[in-house]
Amino acid sequence: MPSPALAPLLRLAWRESRTARRRLLLYMSSISLGVAALVAIDSFASNVQVSIEAQSKALLGGDLNLRARDGFTPAIDSLLDSLGTVGIPSAKVQSFGSMAIVPRTGATRLSQVRAVGEGYPYYGEVLTEPAGAWGSLHDDRNAFVDPSLMISLGAQVGDTLNVGFARFVIRGRIVNVPGDPGIAGTVAPRIFIPARYLAETQLTGFGSRVEHEVVVRLPEGTDATAWVAPFKTRFDSLGVRVRTVQENEVDLTDAIAQLARFLGVVGLIALLLGGIGVASGVNAFVQRKIDTVAVLRCLGASSAQVLVIYLVQAGAMGFLGAALGAALGVGIQLLLPELLTGFLPVDVSVTPVPSAIALGIGIGVWVAIVFALRPLLVLRLVSPLQAIRRDDAALAASRRGDHWSWAVDLALLGSVFGLAALRAETLAQGAWFTAGILISLGILYGNASLVARLARRLSSPRWPYVVRQGIANLYRPASQTRSVILALGFGSFLVTTNILVQANLLQSFDVTASAARGNLVFFDVQEDQQPGLDSLLRQPGNDVVTTTPIVTMRLQEINGQSTQAWAEAKGLSPRYWALRREYRSTYRDTLEATETITAGRFHGAAAATDTLYEFSFEEDVARDLQLTVGDIVTWDVQGVPVRARLTSTRQVEWGRFQPNFFAVFQSAAIAAAPKQFILVAAVPSDTAVALLQRDAVRRYPNVSSIDLSLIRNTITQIVDRVTLTVRFLALFSLAMAVPVLFSAVAATRRDRLREGVLLKTLGATKGQIGRILLSEYALLGLLGALSGMLLAFGGAWSLTHFVFQGDFAPALGPAAAIAGVMMGLAIGIGLLTGRDVFRETPMAALRE
Amino acid sequence: MLAARDLTKEYPSGTGALAVLKDVSFDIPQGAFVAIVGPSGSGKTTLLGLLAGLDLPSRGAVTLDGVDLTRLDEDGRARLRGEKVGFIFQSFQLIPTLTAVENVQVPLELRGEADAADRAQDLLARVGLSGRTHHYPTQLSGGEQQRVAIARAFVNRPRILFADEPTGNLDGATGEKIVALLDALNRESGATVVIVTHDLTLAEHAQRVIRLRDGVVIEDRPGRGAPSPV
Repeated sequence: MPSPALAPLLRLAWRESRTARRRLLLYMSSISLGVAALVAIDSFASNVQVSIEAQSKALLGGDLNLRARDGFTPAIDSLLDSLGTVGIPSAKVQSFGSMAIVPRTGATRLSQVRAVGEGYPYYGEVLTEPAGAWGSLHDDRNAFVDPSLMISLGAQVGDTLNVGFARFVIRGRIVNVPGDPGIAGTVAPRIFIPARYLAETQLTGFGSRVEHEVVVRLPEGTDATAWVAPFKTRFDSLGVRVRTVQENEVDLTDAIAQLARFLGVVGLIALLLGGIGVASGVNAFVQRKIDTVAVLRCLGASSAQVLVIYLVQAGAMGFLGAALGAALGVGIQLLLPELLTGFLPVDVSVTPVPSAIALGIGIGVWVAIVFALRPLLVLRLVSPLQAIRRDDAALAASRRGDHWSWAVDLALLGSVFGLAALRAETLAQGAWFTAGILISLGILYGNASLVARLARRLSSPRWPYVVRQGIANLYRPASQTRSVILALGFGSFLVTTNILVQANLLQSFDVTASAARGNLVFFDVQEDQQPGLDSLLRQPGNDVVTTTPIVTMRLQEINGQSTQAWAEAKGLSPRYWALRREYRSTYRDTLEATETITAGRFHGAAAATDTLYEFSFEEDVARDLQLTVGDIVTWDVQGVPVRARLTSTRQVEWGRFQPNFFAVFQSAAIAAAPKQFILVAAVPSDTAVALLQRDAVRRYPNVSSIDLSLIRNTITQIVDRVTLTVRFLALFSLAMAVPVLFSAVAATRRDRLREGVLLKTLGATKGQIGRILLSEYALLGLLGALSGMLLAFGGAWSLTHFVFQGDFAPALGPAAAIAGVMMGLAIGIGLLTGRDVFRETPMAALRE
Repeated sequence: MLAARDLTKEYPSGTGALAVLKDVSFDIPQGAFVAIVGPSGSGKTTLLGLLAGLDLPSRGAVTLDGVDLTRLDEDGRARLRGEKVGFIFQSFQLIPTLTAVENVQVPLELRGEADAADRAQDLLARVGLSGRTHHYPTQLSGGEQQRVAIARAFVNRPRILFADEPTGNLDGATGEKIVALLDALNRESGATVVIVTHDLTLAEHAQRVIRLRDGVVIEDRPGRGAPSPV
């Protein structure tokens, strides 16, 4: 006999699928949302990466960026000058926080001042309003400011703006600065001024915190990394950190890739859940096809031919489902820039990415086929005898002995691992992810089995018949308990985790914000300004909550060894930041509410006779420096060595809105050192806050102040965006559960229908059958949602505890609401799928 | 052509093996028209399944055209059916998603044959359905569906045709027409026809009647022969 040609078989597959295509497509649409997520995430990440590559020089402002920790020393200046003489120009950018005031309105606000040199930025363009005005920055004492600052200061273009002791004229608003995410200007709006007038502000003296940068433009075609290599040692010795355009590009694209990988995992979970939906749906499809397959077998079809016919159908519909998902994904991709406005460092031009679309469809089709293959395998085992005499028990028996189903299970597991490894950074991560999925599914499956067992045990003969019948449906043969609980459980797991994490994060923001005792903070207050400012603040109704001194210092010796020797002895890098950084420390003899002692005891006041003072260190820094209680540390306090014994380590809640410190000394140790202060005041009204800020900045231009309600508003804005994103994800998860649930319910629809119609034949009313279905689906919905929630509480606790490092409080209200929604969904879909029970006459079913 | 030797079929039951066929043996020559009759539960359908290679006996052998079916695996028997066997079922068993002509094409398409559509059209014309070729099974009457099934059974020029209660779902007049059609095709094609039925009137159309009771052949006699073709 000639080997059967494929074309007629494909033709037969196509024709045979005629009436099942829509149903099969519905099952396959379970994967659509997963594919949509993958395509949207991958395409958008690719768009962002392409934009970063295209705008990489603009992002840095030049070919090189130099950062000097301690400011530009004459040696750096001379190096830059000499480079300038050989055609390599450079522009300085010095940034610091300062109060800005518009004298016309008297309004003030903490701002981020950037004094930039001529030529900045060498690449890209600072967009302004009026357009093209940026070129006039260096013409005179001009300034360009963020629109939010214009609004809060009530300023207009042409107004005078005071920064420190200098006056500038506002020439325009900033529309876009290359490399700055829009959100950057929200907390502290930006003010650009010419670098040559920086000194006039008198804000860069003692105690100021200025960031010093230089952008350098290299001749066209120069490889920045190669060019900078010979200068590396010299820059290092001058304390200059060099960053090339390539490094910047790699860092940014890495960050985007990592974000895409993380979000891709969500997409992958969606896809795998869809796979379960496909498997359930195809199982239902297979039940309807047994008669046809038996006939085909009678007519001479081999088991391989039968499998090919239905695999081709599943593959084709899987392709359509994946293609629909890809189209949806492109739609989401187009919406993402709107959702992420202000959060991205580049202007993203959104275009469809064929490779991402192809990959999404490819993965989707693969998942559809692998998950469909499991139930389709049974069609190989259909005996032609079934055409004469239907024998489900024989089919089930041959199914149990089918070794190919083990092979498909292995392929399924391999696919999950392969897809996870594709999305994860390492194989180990892929393995963990696979294990996580298996454990989650195992827990849900275990719950479902437990539910079925409990239903059998707990059902009481005293309960009404319809309830007993509904409960009996949970454990009888061909029940849908496992598949529905898996689908519902996974859906509610994702939705509840999203909502719980969101609720916990928002709660921690709320706690953080409300815990601050004052609402107006003044910082950079010099010693001689503190009494004046204090009396300015102490007006009726106001209250100075805290006055905290700050003394700057560095580490000099530990237990008599230089920091370098200590580093060598302890195996630390001599350039380790904790050894070299400038510490802004305070002194007090009592513990704050935000601090908890983790070792030793907190010092009290020093005795008059003490010669060696005591201090407390934050536990993480102490551990990093390998310091233990009892060690003696010599601090360089602005040139004066101060020896102190470490007598305690503390855990500090950094998230609170109040001054926190790594090192806290006994007062007697450093009270005499030069210092600054932070004053926190409680001021009752917005007007009083504005007036105080204005008066303070007029009298002490170097003193900055911040209105915490502004910070709260900003946080609220960010939280609102996060909430929107989380709600979108939750809605996405919920939407994902719908087709999966449909498929799961469809798998047992035929049995349900037959049983309902038989009950009608035996005298059951439509109302009774409706109540049976209602009690079954309500129970399934409730149990599915509860199972998902059990997982969600575990998942949300892990995320809150390990990733966000916060305390987890179960949000029972939202969780109960989700359970209600899931129950409604199960009842709705159950009744919708079973509606034929009400329509069908008993005769029709009995004839079947 | 078709030989059954000591055919026994047992199914496991609570009290041990339940034999539904016991040591059944007979030979059917090429071109014969044979009816297997008996009451419900006598083992008729089981015997048909074994003779057609749809199932394997617990003991004994079936030889079809010189091939011992018990020595073939499932796919080997499927190939043999595709080449040499045609089927007609009581409930027609047309594939509901295919039109009449597509249903008839199936056996040829499974063999990868090119002229499937033409042959299917010819056969449908032969069974009097040339005007209904593109109708779906649900759009056809019971008699029409069975005629499509007959066309499908003959499309691959089978050496033998098995019919399981072919008139069981039809009224008397339609049943008569179907039997006449079967008889005519049997004569034209020279194919052997084996009908399983409990309808004794139908069985008397056959050239030979084999009667079963409780899984045992209790009678094997000549029939009155087929009526004239319609």
